[in-house]
Amino acid sequence: MSAPTPEELHDVRLHVNGSVHEVQVPARRLLSDALRHDCGLTGTHVGCEHGVCGACTVLVDGAPVRSCLMFAVSAVDAEITTVEGLTEAEDTLSPVQQAFSDCHGLQCGFCTPGFLTTITAGLKDNPDPTEDEAREMIAGNLCRCTGYQNIVKSVLRAAEIERERA
Amino acid sequence: MKPAPFAFLRPATLEEALAALAGEPGAKVLAGGQSLVPLLSMRLAAPSMLIDINALPDLGHVTPDATGVRVGALARHAHVLASAEAAEVQPLLALALSHVAHPTIRNRGTTVGSLVHADAAAEMPMVLRLLEGSVDVESVRGRRTVPAGELFAGPLESTLAHDEIAVEAFFPALPAGAGVAFQEIARRHGDYALVGVAALVETDGGEVTRARLGYVSVSDVPVVVDVTDALDDPAAAALAELEPADDIHATAAYRAHLVKVLTPRVLADAVHHARQRSAQKDEKDMA
Ligand SMILES: Cc1cc2nc3c(=O)[nH]c(=O)nc-3n(C[C@H](O)[C@H](O)[C@H](O)COP(=O)(O)OP(=O)(O)OC[C@H]3O[C@@H](n4cnc5c(N)ncnc54)[C@H](O)[C@@H]3O)c2cc1C
Ligand code: FES
Ligand code: FES
Repeated sequence: MSAPTPEELHDVRLHVNGSVHEVQVPARRLLSDALRHDCGLTGTHVGCEHGVCGACTVLVDGAPVRSCLMFAVSAVDAEITTVEGLTEAEDTLSPVQQAFSDCHGLQCGFCTPGFLTTITAGLKDNPDPTEDEAREMIAGNLCRCTGYQNIVKSVLRAAEIERERA
Repeated sequence: MKPAPFAFLRPATLEEALAALAGEPGAKVLAGGQSLVPLLSMRLAAPSMLIDINALPDLGHVTPDATGVRVGALARHAHVLASAEAAEVQPLLALALSHVAHPTIRNRGTTVGSLVHADAAAEMPMVLRLLEGSVDVESVRGRRTVPAGELFAGPLESTLAHDEIAVEAFFPALPAGAGVAFQEIARRHGDYALVGVAALVETDGGEVTRARLGYVSVSDVPVVVDVTDALDDPAAAALAELEPADDIHATAAYRAHLVKVLTPRVLADAVHHARQRSAQKDEKDMA
């Protein structure tokens, strides 16, 4: 029996949270795994790994995207923001992060990175959502703990904090 | 839950992509990946090579004109949905696209990819059929136009040859005196429909001269039914041509029930839309 041929590795330059990460990955490395294993950014969580739960959501050129449905080798031209990149200067929580803390918008925290990235982008498009719009904003993300009520409150509170800080 | 190994190419020109595809029988095109990557991760597909078309130039367009809307292979669902001009030329695009998945999926998934993926539970293949649109495909052998009526071969199967890349879809404009409507029932907004129904009606002097209905998630291919001669009971005419099936989301009987409830509603909406547009046009002509 011949030894299996080793998998080809690709040199990939990822732009994450304003830093450059040079990684060597096989083509099948999901962006979610590249962020966690190769870049050491474990804030991005992996739940379902087929696009349904939203835990792995990151911002690609500012727009929320499932990192489990992209390959790292496809992300070469993109500017990626993970939950770690939301925090502002001197470790100040971003408005959305602060709102989750204020409103008890998380329990176990597994789903939270995906909600934070999704809502950050959602509030850029719609800085003053109604409660219904807040619900619609998070409709593509699953949370098994909170029952969503406090996450909806967090969206509204985050909009308020952004106005206060402006 | 990880894909099997594959070789990877990210060509910078269409010629390079077509040559690579023609030269590797096990290769597959990667567009938005919103359907393909789950299939790879679940190991339901294991292509020998992926040809990532996301770096190809000039395929991201959404171009409306008087005849219809041209959508390039790299236009994301979100871009098509955001085009007010496209919605003006063919309102059914935005009506249906707002039901295609969640915004996060729409940011990456392409409308052309959804057509080629040919899922009977997807909104846009049905919309293309109902509007009698087409898809332009290229290969090393040249370019051809595939009419929507010839695009869908079976469940998750289009008639594209292995070496062909779809480069553009064409959704015809809504003619004067015509109206459209769309409704679907899903467990949550953004989930795949249990049943979705679209209607396209043409009117003349307020009278319906042609009425067609399109169905999502009812049979295993996108189905379009002409109900022009069955306006008194369009749901019965539709059910005669549909094959509702059981799955984990709904029973066949429940799907048939939804067809009965949604069909007259959506048809009435489309007739109303047609009359409204005719009235607006009359007003404009008078002014
Ligand atoms: C959680 C979730 C929910 C979803 N809900 C819905 C929904 O409610 N309704 C709906 O319609 N869709 C839904 N989708 C699917 C989504 O719309 C996909 O974006 C779309 O079906 C495929 O487009 P893509 O660009 O992602 O294609 P890919 O996943 O990249 O490709 C799909 C298939 O088409 C082929 N292909 C793609 N582009 C081309 C091309 N230009 N030429 C030749 N072959 C090509 C690929 O080889 C592959 O076989 C959902 C997806 C997810 C993950
Ligand atoms: S891990 Fe990506 S959507 Fe669930
Ligand atoms: S806080 Fe536990 S899954 Fe959302």
